[in-house]
Amino acid sequence: MAENIKKEQATTHKLGIYLWIWGLLFVLSFFSYMVDWLQFQGLLRWTLILIFMFLKAGLIMAFFMHLFWERYTLVNVLLWPMTAIATFVGLMVAESKYTVFTRFFYFVLGS
Amino acid sequence: MDQAALKKLPRGWKGIPSDLGSDQTAFKGVNWGKGMMWIFLLSDTFIFSCFLLSYMTGRGSTVQPWPNPSEVFALDVFGVPVPLLLIAIMTFVLITSSGTMAMAVKYGYEKNRKLCGIFLLLTALGGLTFVGMQAFEWSKLIHEGVRPWENPFGAPQFGSFFFMITGFHGTHVSIGVIFLIIFTRKVFRGDFDSGRKGYFTSMKSDYVAIEILGLYWHFVDLVWVFIFAFFYLW
Repeated sequence: MAENIKKEQATTHKLGIYLWIWGLLFVLSFFSYMVDWLQFQGLLRWTLILIFMFLKAGLIMAFFMHLFWERYTLVNVLLWPMTAIATFVGLMVAESKYTVFTRFFYFVLGS
Repeated sequence: MDQAALKKLPRGWKGIPSDLGSDQTAFKGVNWGKGMMWIFLLSDTFIFSCFLLSYMTGRGSTVQPWPNPSEVFALDVFGVPVPLLLIAIMTFVLITSSGTMAMAVKYGYEKNRKLCGIFLLLTALGGLTFVGMQAFEWSKLIHEGVRPWENPFGAPQFGSFFFMITGFHGTHVSIGVIFLIIFTRKVFRGDFDSGRKGYFTSMKSDYVAIEILGLYWHFVDLVWVFIFAFFYLW
């Protein structure tokens, strides 16, 4: 029995990993808040926001949600559908650009 | 599937064809409840993506200027407006509660009942604080005249996206808090050690339930990362 418990404990992860990830998430959140505080604008702002966002999302999924230790079958089943969302983003960017063009053309310039 | 049998399976990319082509279970070593939670979270990801995408489309296609979130969500501290102060605090509170949840999962697997329960309770308190601050933010904006169809700051779509997205996320947090409190009680009562049957499921459970609850809670935090980036910072 004692050996059994010992074996199970060995499969849980070290406390240090969680504390590290926790700290990193704090630092990254602070950085993304700084993006607004320092009023970065334009491409720099958007790039920094996206970098910090994806880093945070990756850390949460990989370590807090244990995906780093899961078998690739589960990881792949979960991550490939994200390409559908990325495609959807591309479609809707094009769509909104077209809509705003027609609105400017007919409603703003035409009125 | 026990750990020894799992270790014998092919790992990495080679594991995919071998897992999917094998008998009975595709997700080797994954508790069925955990697998179902992941599938649910995948569908939830699509719901939140659709909300954020409609926000992107709405903001990208309006001809009126979008309200500056840095100013709209500023909070006066002794008469000085500090941009996004409340949102920053909310972000840190939610990340902290995510950290305590990870601890609860860890101590749950180590069958440390007391620490697991304490960290679950701390997580619930963090979630409750978050919802409270969100309620404060909502009432502040409603007082300032933000409605789903109009607002004094700019493009009228702002209100509908704000209430829809943060409201849906807040609902998720609230549901999470309810389940955290239920599971805190279960942990302290020793349900996962004694094998006591659940009230609704009438099935025995063990500490894997805490990991499943943890997945949901981390997902709520994950969604907030995206809302924070796209709605408040962009």
